[in-house]
Amino acid sequence: MSKVPSDLKYTRTHEWLRTLPDGTVEVGITDHAQHSLGDLVFVEVPEAGRTVTAGEPFAVVESVKAASDVYAPLSGEVTEGNGALAGAPETLNTDPYGAGWLARLRPAGALPGLLSAAEYEKLTAEEGD
Amino acid sequence: MARRTPLFAIHQSAGARLVDFGGWDMPLQYGSLLAEHHAVRRAAGLFDVSHMCVVDLEGEGVRPFLLKVFANDVGKLSVPGKALYGCLLNERGGVIDDLIVYYLGEQWFRVVVNAGTRDKDLAWIRRHAEPYGLTVRERTDLAMLAVQGPEARTRLAALLPPPLAERALALGAFFGAELGRWFVSRTGYTGEDGFEVMVPVEEAEALWRALVAAGVLPCGLGARDTLRLEAGMNLYGNDMDETTNPLESGLAWTVAMSAPRAFIGREALEAVRARGLEHKLVGLVLEERGVLRSHQRVLAAGIGEGQITSGTFSPTLERSIALARVPIAAPDQVQVEVRGKPLAARVVKPPFVRHGKSLIG
Repeated sequence: MSKVPSDLKYTRTHEWLRTLPDGTVEVGITDHAQHSLGDLVFVEVPEAGRTVTAGEPFAVVESVKAASDVYAPLSGEVTEGNGALAGAPETLNTDPYGAGWLARLRPAGALPGLLSAAEYEKLTAEEGD
Repeated sequence: MARRTPLFAIHQSAGARLVDFGGWDMPLQYGSLLAEHHAVRRAAGLFDVSHMCVVDLEGEGVRPFLLKVFANDVGKLSVPGKALYGCLLNERGGVIDDLIVYYLGEQWFRVVVNAGTRDKDLAWIRRHAEPYGLTVRERTDLAMLAVQGPEARTRLAALLPPPLAERALALGAFFGAELGRWFVSRTGYTGEDGFEVMVPVEEAEALWRALVAAGVLPCGLGARDTLRLEAGMNLYGNDMDETTNPLESGLAWTVAMSAPRAFIGREALEAVRARGLEHKLVGLVLEERGVLRSHQRVLAAGIGEGQITSGTFSPTLERSIALARVPIAAPDQVQVEVRGKPLAARVVKPPFVRHGKSLIG
């Protein structure tokens, strides 16, 4: 059973969001997502200063078998990409909610509709592990 | 409904992630694909390859038949147990399938063909075997396990009674032998030493369990693919098919044309040669970060374009590698369009890895 921390928000496309004290939002992929993808071997994170629109692909994660887009869960400006992942993509497998964060964004407005931990858990249960 | 091997229940209970492969429900990976890959390079891994199709060809005309339909020359096979890799070609010189042929006796050869091409292969073989009066027998009574890695041979031999174990360990590369009810051959698809073992279906589960108990790690098709690609071995349907010929698929070494032998596809290949080859299948090593994947465009400046036929992240080299079909004049440095960006790649001669060691400078 994959981990779904209760203090985070989630998307239907398996990203998580954590609002930081300074108002920026940290984004990553869920434990369920990293498990489905398998061993990750390549990560491309967005550069600071890039403006993204909710729903657009803003990062790429690749396992041995396949490449997957990660979608921006909100509109705003990237304040930081997690450059440490380039040399250690396996961090996404081992610590998806911590050191495996992909990017931090400053939201352009109110956050769009997101899933609670309970709702996300229900979604992944329906999809099957 | 996808077909299942005799080991399907074991894969399922081991929690394998399953994938459809050539119409079969097969394990893609049991746990970490990287761990499975490294187990084969460093110790020993175990694969269920029972989806592959084993066919016995029997009769007086079996050698003449194979001289006609097999692009490699079975005239090379004179010692019983010796195996030979090569292709079945159509009249246009296209590859119907790649296969291994075992010489078991003057009236008995065994071929192992791919799962995804089984139906057309059998139809082709039966059609061309008819004038030779052969018996064509698909051995659905056999399961096949591959035990691969530097420790693979000793792990398997330990399960055999001493006289048979000795014979197994004495097998030379690309030789097989009937050892009791098992057919053991020193072959594989990983670039490591090891055995492929054909056993009666009812013994498959016990053998699998015994090998796992001996510390051999179950590996899925995911690791099988990264291992074979590092070993520079073609995958049918990716790297060659009926629209490509072996000379432009890195398989010229498997086509025996020096002797005056009339095999199916020969005339077409001679015409290709007379016109001049247009493409070559090469190895690529990505020199930047990213992952090469099949169907990505390869750009050779001023020469033309090619395409990746198989690409992956290489767990041994920790960078991306690929096989690609490129214009014959392509230089040693090319670019590959990876997700819209041209990345630098170096052309190399496969294999990339053999016996656990990188062959890429």
